[in-house]
Amino acid sequence: MLDAIGVDSLDELFAAIPPELRLGRPLDLPAGLSETECFDHLAALAARNADADSETCFIGAGMYDHYVPALVDAITQRSEFLTPYTPYQPEVSQGGLQVMFEFQTAISELTGLPVANASLYEGPSSVASAAYLALGAHKGRTRLVVSRGVHPHSRETLATYARGFGAEVVEVAQEDGVTDPAALADAVDERTAAVFVQNPGFLGGIEDLEALAAAAHEAGALAIAAVDPISLSVLRPPGECGVDIALGEGQPLGNRLDYGGPSFGFFAATEEHIRRMPGRIAGETTDADGRRGFVLALQTREQHIRREKATHNICTSQALNALAGVVYLSWLGKRGFTELGELLARRTAYARERLTAVEGVELLHDAPVFRELAIRLEAPVLEVIDRVAEEGIAAGYGVGREYPEHEDALLVAITERRSKEDIDRLADALGRAIAASGELLTDSDNKSTQPEVAR
Amino acid sequence: MTDIPTQPPTNADAQTPQQRERATTIYERSVEGRRAATLPPAGVPEAQLEDLIPAGLLRERPAELPEVSEPEIVRHYNRISRRNFDLDTGPYPLGSCTMKHNPRLNERVAALPGHARLHPAQAPRRAQGALELMWRLERALAEICGLPHVSLQPSAGSHGELAGLLLTRAYHADRGEERARVLTPDTSHGTNPATVTMAGYEVVKVATDERGGVEVDDLRDKLGDDIACLMLTNPNTLGVFDENIAEIARLVHEVGATLYYDGANLNAIMGHTRPGDMGFDIVHVNLHKSFSQPHGGGGPGAGPIAVSDRIEPYLPVPRLVRSEGANGTAPSFDLDHERPKSIGRLRGFQGNFGVFARSYAYIRSLGGDGLQEASETAVLNANYLLARLREGRAGRLLPLAFDRLPMHEFVLSGAPAKRELGVKTLDIAKRLLDYGFHPPTIYFPLLVDEALMIEPTETETRESLDDLADAFDSILGEAENDPQILLGAPYTTPVRRLDEAAASRRPVIRQSRG
Repeated sequence: MLDAIGVDSLDELFAAIPPELRLGRPLDLPAGLSETECFDHLAALAARNADADSETCFIGAGMYDHYVPALVDAITQRSEFLTPYTPYQPEVSQGGLQVMFEFQTAISELTGLPVANASLYEGPSSVASAAYLALGAHKGRTRLVVSRGVHPHSRETLATYARGFGAEVVEVAQEDGVTDPAALADAVDERTAAVFVQNPGFLGGIEDLEALAAAAHEAGALAIAAVDPISLSVLRPPGECGVDIALGEGQPLGNRLDYGGPSFGFFAATEEHIRRMPGRIAGETTDADGRRGFVLALQTREQHIRREKATHNICTSQALNALAGVVYLSWLGKRGFTELGELLARRTAYARERLTAVEGVELLHDAPVFRELAIRLEAPVLEVIDRVAEEGIAAGYGVGREYPEHEDALLVAITERRSKEDIDRLADALGRAIAASGELLTDSDNKSTQPEVAR
Repeated sequence: MTDIPTQPPTNADAQTPQQRERATTIYERSVEGRRAATLPPAGVPEAQLEDLIPAGLLRERPAELPEVSEPEIVRHYNRISRRNFDLDTGPYPLGSCTMKHNPRLNERVAALPGHARLHPAQAPRRAQGALELMWRLERALAEICGLPHVSLQPSAGSHGELAGLLLTRAYHADRGEERARVLTPDTSHGTNPATVTMAGYEVVKVATDERGGVEVDDLRDKLGDDIACLMLTNPNTLGVFDENIAEIARLVHEVGATLYYDGANLNAIMGHTRPGDMGFDIVHVNLHKSFSQPHGGGGPGAGPIAVSDRIEPYLPVPRLVRSEGANGTAPSFDLDHERPKSIGRLRGFQGNFGVFARSYAYIRSLGGDGLQEASETAVLNANYLLARLREGRAGRLLPLAFDRLPMHEFVLSGAPAKRELGVKTLDIAKRLLDYGFHPPTIYFPLLVDEALMIEPTETETRESLDDLADAFDSILGEAENDPQILLGAPYTTPVRRLDEAAASRRPVIRQSRG
C-alpha cells in the first residue's frame, strides 16, 4: 500500500506534524485486552453496582424502571438500525426516516401538538432548547420564568444555557405540591419570553396546565411544559391545555436506565413554531417515479445548512433511542398505553395510602399524583434510605439537596414492575428504618416548621 | 459491474420487490382490537381514575397509537430496516463521521444489568463500579488528548462545543472580561458557528491558506481583545494537518483568548500528537466517531470535554472525584456538586453512561498501541484510496482540492467532472448507491466546489478500498459515455431521487388521522 501511495514509510504520512509536537512515546494506557479479558473486566465493574435487578427499585426522579419489552432490544440491535448515521442519503435511509416520521406522529399524539421533531439529547437540555426557541420567537424579551416543580436538573441546565443566551431565569415556588397560578402570574411580565412548568411536577403533583398556560399568555409569553410521556396515557395532553411547546425526557418509553443515558428528549410545538424547531424532522414526499418516501424536511433550520443562523446547534441526536420509544409505544398500543396509565395511577394511590399509614410517614403534599409521590419522614432521609437498602430495597430519592425546604422528603416512584407486595415490603421496611433511627424528631429539631409532623 | 442497471425500471417486473412495495407506516397497519403487550393485573383496589385525579386534568380520549400484534411489529420494523444502508453491509466513507466498525463486545458489556439496569439517582456509594468506569475513561481520554481534566457530561459533539464556549465565557468573566466574538475557519463544521451563536457570541470567519490551513495573516488581523476563542479542527475538514498550529496557538494566547479543538477528526492522530501538546485549552471528543459507539442512524453519541488547568474550575457539575482508600483499602468515587465557579449542568444526571461503557471497552480492547495503530491504519487507508483514485479517471475529473498528503480523510473537487461531463457531485454520489457504497460527505467543506469528503477509516480492508476506487472509476467511465446514467441514478434503491423541496414547502411531518 505504501508503494501505491509513493512513500517509503508510514512515518512519511505523518510528516505534517511538526517534530516538536509529536508525542514521541507510547500512550500511557494499559495494553490491549482479548475479548474475554475485556468482558471480564467490565463485568467485574458492573458487579459493583446495585442495579434494579439486584434490589427492588422505587427510585424515580426523572427516570423510571418501566419494563422494556424484548422486542425493543431485538429491533434496536439490528445492524440496519444500529450502524448507519444520519439519513443524509434518503434513497438508502428510508427505514430510519420512516421511523422518524412514525416517532413524530406518536409524540404528536401524546402531546396533542401538531409538530414534533425526531429527538433531542434528553429531558433537561430539551428544556433549555425550548428557551432558545422562545427567545428567538420573542426578540427583546429576556426573562424566563420557571416553576420549582420543574426537575432540578432541568432548572440547572436552563440556568447554564441562559448565561450564554444572556437571559434571566426567575423561579416560582410551588404551594402544596403544585405551582400557584397567581404567583406565576405575578412573576410573568412584559419582558418574559416563556414560562416553564412540569407535569407531573418533580414532587409528583399534577398541575393544572390550562391555568398556568393562561397565566403565561396573559403577558404574551410562551407556555412551555415538560411532561412525563407515560403520564400522557391518562392526563390531558398539553396541546389541549393551551401549551405552546411540550417536551420531556423519553427514557420511560422503552429505554433502559443506563445510569442516566443515552435516552432521548422529545419536543413538540404548535404549527407557528415549525420553522424555529430544533433538531431533525422527517417529512413525507415522493420519488422520481411517484413512490411514497421520506426525507429530512426543513433542513434550512439546521446547522449544516444555516451555520450561525441555525435554530440550534444539534447534529447527532438520539435516533436509536427514539426508535426504542416508538417500538415501545407500538407494543403497548392504543389500549395498552391507557391500561398502563390506569394501573400506575391505581398502584400509586395504593402506595400513598399504604406508606402514609406507617408510623413516622406523612404526605408532603396532597395534590393528585400519577406514579410518583413525595412523603415526609420523621427520621433523617438519607439514613432511612441506607437502612432500607440493607433489606434489598432502594426506597426512593431524597430531595433535600435540591429542595432544602423539604429536607425531610422522600420521593417514591411506582412502576408496573413494583407489585402490591413490593409496596407492602417498602412500607414495612420504612417503618422499621424510621423506628431504628431512634427517637422521632421533636418539633424543635424539625426545620420544616410543621408542628403536626411529630405525632 | 456490468449487471448494474443503467436506467429506471421500465415496468413493474423490472422493479425490485422493495420498489414495488408502497411504504406503509405502523399506523396504517393498525386494526382495531389488536395488541401486543399484556400488562400485569394492578393487584390493588380498582379505583375509578376520576376518583384519583380530577376529571378536568384527564385525557378525554386515548392517544391514537397503533393497534398491532407483536409479530406484526417485528415484521414491520424488520421490513423497513432493510430499506436502510448500514455500515455492517458495506463501506460507508462519510467524511468527518468516522464510520468505523462497531465491535459487538461493546454492546454486550453495555447491556450487563449492572450497567443497563442501574438507576442514575442511585447513591454513589452503591454505584462504585459505574463511577470507576467513568473515572478510568476520563483518565484515558486525558492521556489521549494531552489535557489533565475531563468531564464526560456533554451528550454529543455539538453539546461539547457549547460546553467549551460556556467554559470560555466563564473563564473570561472570572477575569473581569467580556468578549463578544469567536473565530471559526471557513472550513469549520456547521456546528461550530451554530454553537457560537447559541453561546451568545458573534462569529468571525478566518480564511484558509493555499495549503488548506488557517491563513495566519488573516488570523493575526482578526485577533484582538474582543476575541473570546478560536475553534479549530486539526487535521481540519480538508483532512490536512495545520503545520502552523504552534504559531496559531501562540497568537491566540497572546490576546488572552482560548483555543478550542473540535475532536471530530481525532481518529487521525491518536498516539501521534495530542491537542493539549499543540496548545489547545479545550477539546471535545466524539465517542461515536473515534471510539466506536455505533451511530444508531443519528445517535446516540457522547461528547466528553478535556481541558487545561486554567479551565478546570469551570467544568460542569457534578464532577467525578476519586479518594484514595485509607490503609490499603480500595479507592472510592463520588459526585461533587459543590464547585462555585462551575458553569453548572449541561443535562440530566451523569451523561450517556451506556456510551461510556462501550467506548471504555473499545479503549481497553485496543490499548495504547492499538489506538496508535488504528490512527496509522486510518491514515494509510485514506492515502491508499486517494492513490488508487488518482491512477484512474478520478485523478483528472475529481482532483484533490488541496494537493498534499492528507491524513485520515481527503476532499476531492467534482468541478472538472461537472464542467467536462455535466455530472455533478450529487449525481456521482447517487450512482455510488447503485454500486453498493454509501457516498462520501458531499458539498462540504463549503469552500471546495462540488466537494466530496472521503474518510474510509481503519476498519476497511485493502480489498474494499480497491472496490470503492474501481466503482468511482467505473462511474466516471459511464459519465464519459452517457452522463444520463448518472443524472437518473439511483435505479436499484427502494426509492429513487426524492422531492426534498416539496417536503419543506408543504411539510407533512406526521401521519394523518383516520
